[in-house]
Amino acid sequence: MLTRSLKDRLASRLMFLVTFSSSLIVFLIALALYARARPILTAKPLGELIFSSSWHPLKGEFGFYPFILGTLWVTALAMIISIPLSLLTAIYLAEYASARVRGVVKPLIDLLAGIPSVVYGLWGVLAVVPLIRDYVAPLMGRSLGFIPLFSAENLTGYSVLAGSIVLALMVFPIIISVAEEVFRSVPDGLREASLALGATRWQMVKHVVIRKALPGVVAAIVLGFSRAFGETMAVLMVVGNVAMIPSSIFDPAYPLTALIANNYGEMMSIPLYDSALLGAGLFLLLMVLCFNIMARIILRRVLREEW
Amino acid sequence: MDKRKEELIFQGLMIASALIVIGSLVFVLAVVVLKGLPALNLAMLTQTPKGGYYLGGEGGILNAITGSLCLAGGATVLALLLSLPIALFLQVYSGKSRFSEFARLSLDVLWGVPSIVYGAFGFTIMVFLRVRASLLGGVMALTLLELPIMSRALEEVISMVPLELKESAYALGATRLETAMRVVVRQCLPGILTAILLAFGRGIGDAASVLFTAGYTDSLPSSLFRPVASLPLAVFFQLATPFPEVQQRAYASALVLTIIVLLISLGCRLIGGRFTAHVIR
Repeated sequence: MLTRSLKDRLASRLMFLVTFSSSLIVFLIALALYARARPILTAKPLGELIFSSSWHPLKGEFGFYPFILGTLWVTALAMIISIPLSLLTAIYLAEYASARVRGVVKPLIDLLAGIPSVVYGLWGVLAVVPLIRDYVAPLMGRSLGFIPLFSAENLTGYSVLAGSIVLALMVFPIIISVAEEVFRSVPDGLREASLALGATRWQMVKHVVIRKALPGVVAAIVLGFSRAFGETMAVLMVVGNVAMIPSSIFDPAYPLTALIANNYGEMMSIPLYDSALLGAGLFLLLMVLCFNIMARIILRRVLREEW
Repeated sequence: MDKRKEELIFQGLMIASALIVIGSLVFVLAVVVLKGLPALNLAMLTQTPKGGYYLGGEGGILNAITGSLCLAGGATVLALLLSLPIALFLQVYSGKSRFSEFARLSLDVLWGVPSIVYGAFGFTIMVFLRVRASLLGGVMALTLLELPIMSRALEEVISMVPLELKESAYALGATRLETAMRVVVRQCLPGILTAILLAFGRGIGDAASVLFTAGYTDSLPSSLFRPVASLPLAVFFQLATPFPEVQQRAYASALVLTIIVLLISLGCRLIGGRFTAHVIR
């Protein structure tokens, strides 16, 4: 009897320890990256690191501006493509689709989430890049080229747009599954009340469901954004990796993640280089942490309310 | 009249969006299969790269296939060893406390950490411990990646165990540990297997976290302290060569990886109703 309760208590302590230390991993990662990034943070003012465009590690100049902008361009465009499509799909699945349709579509969306990022990257190289190079860029360059955003001077197809399309696909499953869960958590009573007042289904969705679910939808979008923000391999393969500030969606870009993946571990002999790359990693991590913590706290509120 | 029109327009938009999303999945799979299948042959699957492989010579990607299985397998075992206690603690022991809320939030946040950051962190730790790029390093980085996926999945499964079942066990005088191991775990067996497969599938497909930590080699995995090859990196490196023959092999490698991932997710679907010998309904 004594040994049994002793075992129980021991196991409890042990499990607590595992849980506790695992929940500290995030902080440990941030701390380790900070420790390694400190040399560059003390050597250069933060403003110069973020806003300088001159990236010459050999001369000791580490301006992350083009890379930060590269990340922002690709991520923002990916979200512009992904948000409307994912939200409409999520509303369809939550409000319109029959159980049978949902039973077919949801596993497919889960499948989309499981496809490895290099496979998306390969798809980008084989399908998206040629499509942009041969059709989209020439066509839009000719018709809308006078707008700087659509000027097609880069003829390779490896571009912000290619990266964004690949990223948009990778973000679909996240936004769809979180948003669908949020929509379904809206109580039926509200829907019925709205329908009873003579609203059509879409009016009900527009005025009741979306309004009620808004914070959760924002959280879903933020989660998708942060996934796109940190995605590496797929983007790296299609975005061109030219350290310039893009001004058109057909320009190449060089996101932070690609910068780390392409250079880390190779040029350790250059002073501060490795520190600078880990600084970039720390920046990515902190951004993603902020987004995630915000989104998770909102989601917890939203989803718990109805349970 | 107007609101009917709006209804129709938006219904049309929704169905179109859903079709685009599903269509993009089909598009990706179709491209991988159509490009990969012609390049796939038995030698690809059963041989390691021979001399001149990356110039178009003989050989295959057995090194990458076995390497990936070792990496993801090792990481999945480690992640399970860590996540099962976490999930049991959060569900059976601690219940709704401040601490469990914090632990859940922290694991959810960990789930969002980009895999390149796991890779960079893993590499930093390895430099600190003076370990070279190796199977061990790759397994550690992948474990970090799989841990939040698996522990959240396990926790969800465990939370489905009916309260009556646990209470019956307690009423018979079982301790929490005995209830957890003999009742809860058995009841959840299918769900636990699904969680394992899910985590394995994510682990095997991730490239950025093994890029610096596991390295790459042409030989089969032999030791924890030697570099190993992996399928995602095989795709990546072979695609980066200028030779069309080698790029073909990248397509074939991607197809192999995709097939493994698809089989795993099919396995998850099939498990649903199996392995239920000990499950009480």
